[in-house]
Amino acid sequence: MEQSKNTAVVSVLGKDRVGIIAGIANLLAEYGININDISQTILDDIFTMVMIVDLQNVVIEESDISDKLKQLGDSLGVQITIQHTGLFNAMHRI
Amino acid sequence: MINELEILETMKMFSEQHLDIRTITMGISLFDCCASTPEEACDKIYTKICRCAGRLVEVGDQISRKYNVPIIHKRISVTPISIVAAASGAKDYTMFAKTLDRAARDCGVNFVGGFSALVQKGYTKSDEILIHSIPEALATTDYVCSSINLASTRTGINMDAVRDMGEIIKQTAEATRDRDAIGCAKLVVFANAPEDNPFMAGAFLGPGEPECVINVGISGPGVVKHALESVKGEDLGIVAETIKKAAFKITRVGELVAREASERLGVPFGIIDLSLAPTPAVGDSVARLLEEFGLETCGTWGTTAALAMLNDAVKKGGTMASSFVGGLSGAFIPVSEDEGMIAAAQSGSLLLEKLEAMTCVCSVGLDMIAIPGDTPASTISGIIADEMALGTFNNKTTAVRLIPVPGKGVGDSVEFGGLLGMAPIMPVNTKSCADFINRGGRIPAPIHSMRN
Repeated sequence: MEQSKNTAVVSVLGKDRVGIIAGIANLLAEYGININDISQTILDDIFTMVMIVDLQNVVIEESDISDKLKQLGDSLGVQITIQHTGLFNAMHRI
Repeated sequence: MINELEILETMKMFSEQHLDIRTITMGISLFDCCASTPEEACDKIYTKICRCAGRLVEVGDQISRKYNVPIIHKRISVTPISIVAAASGAKDYTMFAKTLDRAARDCGVNFVGGFSALVQKGYTKSDEILIHSIPEALATTDYVCSSINLASTRTGINMDAVRDMGEIIKQTAEATRDRDAIGCAKLVVFANAPEDNPFMAGAFLGPGEPECVINVGISGPGVVKHALESVKGEDLGIVAETIKKAAFKITRVGELVAREASERLGVPFGIIDLSLAPTPAVGDSVARLLEEFGLETCGTWGTTAALAMLNDAVKKGGTMASSFVGGLSGAFIPVSEDEGMIAAAQSGSLLLEKLEAMTCVCSVGLDMIAIPGDTPASTISGIIADEMALGTFNNKTTAVRLIPVPGKGVGDSVEFGGLLGMAPIMPVNTKSCADFINRGGRIPAPIHSMRN
């Protein structure tokens, strides 16, 4: 994962179905957010997808991207969140 | 590279294990608000609080959004009002409490702490006025919290104040009788009170603190419990190691939020208060965490040992994660605010005497405990005296927040709602200690206070 400042983690938890990645990728493209990396796996019976995205000029707290992702998640029956990468670096790196 | 396991672990901490930033508390010095009339002092206090904390809630919400981390409370702590109001000539400080209340409401915070006095060695005139204003101040305000420091390791215990606070707690209960004595939930007495504590009801900004400062209190008993579930049956060395790692991660979230809040508000970062603060929500309980050690019910034999280890391991993990750990830092054991404690108290497994023993090895003290409304003031003072002795003679912070609920007795319970939770009325030893309490005076500082 890039250590550069303005990246975020988009994570999806829930039941796998058609159209999750497409939906998210379309939405992110509308905001000009670039996807750097995607990985998906099944952990504890939960479908998990993690995207590392480059936010470019988007500021999460000033944009409605979190709300839009949440709405998309509701319509797909999964939980989608976007969190600035700083959180993960703080928690998991000394 | 952060891997997806770490990302998933983090997600679960927030979504399933109730990890949250419990509070961002802005400490605001009110030394420059002293004035020769109470009206002028109150004007200055209101203006200064609103100027410093006007953006606190907004900034807290922004950070919460950026990291998708819940930040439950935004709060304010101020210089003890007994110091600020001393020059004003007021004979009652209720209007100062009302000013704090108005400022808190207008800033959008949910508590303001600092209707306080530090009387560990004796009263100033102002301290006495403040203490006698407490019942009305807490009955006529919604957001104000009051704390009194009655003892310290360096000074010993002010037993006159211990006696008086028994009466004040009873009066506060009576003044808020119509609301199950909720006033007492906003009133705490301390030994060795920390001056940078962000948690209520005991938050105030000590005289040695800067002009304005950001202190952050974190929580996460659920995260630690979850970590322990993965080492079922392992020996205690492994348990300690597991707790340390969980505490490290929790603290780093606090540190991140604190630094970001400090930068955005242009206010220095003070400390992280690394506390396991429970809520009444299932899965966010310190009692259940202790039971995960292998105890049938919290309060049984072994509880104190488990708590001691938990508290110590949390601190060890936390101090590695942040250089500025302060405040209360440790496990909280409030009864009404902890689903497992409530259940243990209701089952009769957890008694006041055991809670007292537990306070020897964790932060805070006898916290949010409802007792019969007919408990005499001198008995409340006796409970306070014992707890002050534990703090003073063991060189640690202890506190008492008791709620003598008028008209209720053992078998009843009170419902405060929200994070204050519900409390079964717990039995109190009914033998009198009145003659001891009425002696008054001071208990001298312990020999080990002489460290110079």
